[in-house]
Amino acid sequence: MSGRASGGGLLRLSVEDLACRRSGRRVFAGLSFALGPGEALAVTGRNGAGKSSLLAILAGRLRPDAGRVAVADVGEAALPECLHAVGHRDGLKAALTAGENLAFAQALLGVPRIAPRPALERLGLGHAHDLPVAYLSAGQRRRVALARLLVCHRPLWLLDEPTAALDTASQGLLAGLMAEHRAAGGLVVAATHQALGLEDARTLALAAPEPGAAPSSVDADPEDWA
Amino acid sequence: MIGIVSALIARDLALAARVGGSGALSLVFFLMIVALIPFALGPDLNLLSRIGPAILWLAAVLATLIGLDRLFQADEEDGSLDLMSASPAPLELVVLAKVAAHWLTTGLPLALASPLFGLLVALDGTAMGATALTLLVGTPALTFIGAVGAALTASIRRGGLILAVLVLPLMVPTLIFGVSATEAASGGTVPFGTPLAILGALSLIAAVVGTLAAAAALRWSE
Repeated sequence: MSGRASGGGLLRLSVEDLACRRSGRRVFAGLSFALGPGEALAVTGRNGAGKSSLLAILAGRLRPDAGRVAVADVGEAALPECLHAVGHRDGLKAALTAGENLAFAQALLGVPRIAPRPALERLGLGHAHDLPVAYLSAGQRRRVALARLLVCHRPLWLLDEPTAALDTASQGLLAGLMAEHRAAGGLVVAATHQALGLEDARTLALAAPEPGAAPSSVDADPEDWA
Repeated sequence: MIGIVSALIARDLALAARVGGSGALSLVFFLMIVALIPFALGPDLNLLSRIGPAILWLAAVLATLIGLDRLFQADEEDGSLDLMSASPAPLELVVLAKVAAHWLTTGLPLALASPLFGLLVALDGTAMGATALTLLVGTPALTFIGAVGAALTASIRRGGLILAVLVLPLMVPTLIFGVSATEAASGGTVPFGTPLAILGALSLIAAVVGTLAAAAALRWSE
């Protein structure tokens, strides 16, 4: 059962006419896009424009007000089993070491790829393997959370402000990881304020939530949006 | 699946053993309540040994509440719950594993320590053994009922008091049959097996209903 989400990782994601409402207020509506293997989407927009809400809907944590999110070519796996989500809440236990946190994530998520120690070494945190996460700085914690992307194979990466608290070198490292993931046929959806090394990615700009105004616009390759 | 369950249990046991774990705390709380009651009632050994099983059971019910509010809240706050919902295992299995780990760190030590604490309320040997056995059979029901409240209050700050108000009434049947089984062991008209079997049934029902309800509550709160 644990191997069923692996299937080559060639996943397709399509979003149709998605609308989000939080506390009765419309955040965005009429959002449609499709991503195939190796493609990336950078979600931009002002604070409160709904970037995190969009990622939460994609991760299955938030129910959309309307529209649908569909995946294809992953067999019988559901969307939450095909994705990695790294967000503001890093999902790390402060009392456990970085290595223990990653080993737990690997056992929990299934489809192991590389062991926790080499994953931490890829992110320049080999020395933190046996340190409790409580001793790490915000940027180091974020890198431990990003190392989770490497210990398990999941075709879709949902990254919410992945560069928050990261130094310049680590941002370059993350850009390299994303390029590698996409070269292997993976998908990346990132909400961001900064350049992420996703220059060739499509951009989805969420407009500020204004009642009555057009809630969203797509500013790149409109004919490309299935 | 087995790997996921054992990873969850091993993680929660490791967390309980490190700084901030609540396993030892609920045991100390249990001791506090049992130790306070003789001070309130006075040194009447006959009275104490008569109501001793009830005191131990009441203390166990209250001690179960300690740490229960953090059962899902701690994972909800740091995002671990999102990680668990992305696991191929169904959320019900995650809940079952977490509650089992919680019982191993709170309910089981209470049951094992109860003969020792029975000395404080002047229990005889039979009553001590009976209390330990009924707590062993009955505390899973308390933990599973509490897990539903913990799941409902996972995203509420300071949900601990709401949790207690929500789940204490639901623990009444377990308390009644736990105490009556213990009293049946040290004499009475009812054989020991009857209330004990009902107590076991309550634990099994709570395991099924509690797991499903807690997983539904966690999904709904998202």
